[in-house]
Amino acid sequence: MSNDPGHLFMIFAAGAALTLVVGFYSLITTRNLLRALIGVEILMKATTLLIIVTGYVSGQVALAQALAITLIIIEVAVIAVAVGVVLCIYRHNKSLDATFFTNLKG
Amino acid sequence: MAIDIVLLGGLVLAAMATVMTARLLRAVIWLAVTSVFVALLMFRLNANIAGVFELSVCAGLIPAIFITSIGLTQRLTPEALAVRRRERLKRFWHLPLIVILAGIALSRLHVPLEAVMAPAPAAPAAADVRNVLWALRHTDLLGQIVVLLGGVFGVAVLIMEARHEQ
Repeated sequence: MSNDPGHLFMIFAAGAALTLVVGFYSLITTRNLLRALIGVEILMKATTLLIIVTGYVSGQVALAQALAITLIIIEVAVIAVAVGVVLCIYRHNKSLDATFFTNLKG
Repeated sequence: MAIDIVLLGGLVLAAMATVMTARLLRAVIWLAVTSVFVALLMFRLNANIAGVFELSVCAGLIPAIFITSIGLTQRLTPEALAVRRRERLKRFWHLPLIVILAGIALSRLHVPLEAVMAPAPAAPAAADVRNVLWALRHTDLLGQIVVLLGGVFGVAVLIMEARHEQ
């Protein structure tokens, strides 16, 4: 590890930012609901990494780990419920393409 | 530092492979690989317990949930898969360019650490994650339990509704 925390933070923040770009791009362009959830997963991974590196640089690794564990648990609950909802939608419509779901339009 | 840069590069490439691959199952496998890279980076940053959580939950449980749900949907025909591949190529060909341009822009950015982070406050007994969770962050623990129960309840309601419809 480098001794310069600023340099280390910038490198990790750049990696996390690029992962965020990939996740946002996926969310914007995809129409498949399961792929949208995968995009959300990628965003959460980038956020977790950012929390951990912030804790490392500020000398609060334990606190950062506690927050990261909380985030991972929230991630699991969100994905479990969202996948259940997506499967219910699939049963009704026989498709995962979000462009076909126009029933909720006003 | 070189190992960290290689791992971060692997993380970004795995994330790109996750969103660009045409088959959903392969996308989930790439997602698990992305989680492995995140876990390795956590180990490099001395966050061992969070790394173990990431490895077991995000690289193990979440892909299992996704694979189970994909197994409950219909398989694409080869013709539909070929169309899907062409569509994805059309929509995602500029993603690598965007990532490279964003990487170049970020590498030229020089922000001093003081500008992005406030000085760390002195945290009592914060040396161990177990101390933090049990002594300092009771609310987080309570929240985690509530979130887990909420998730279980949500899935149970969905299963019951599906049975009711059948």
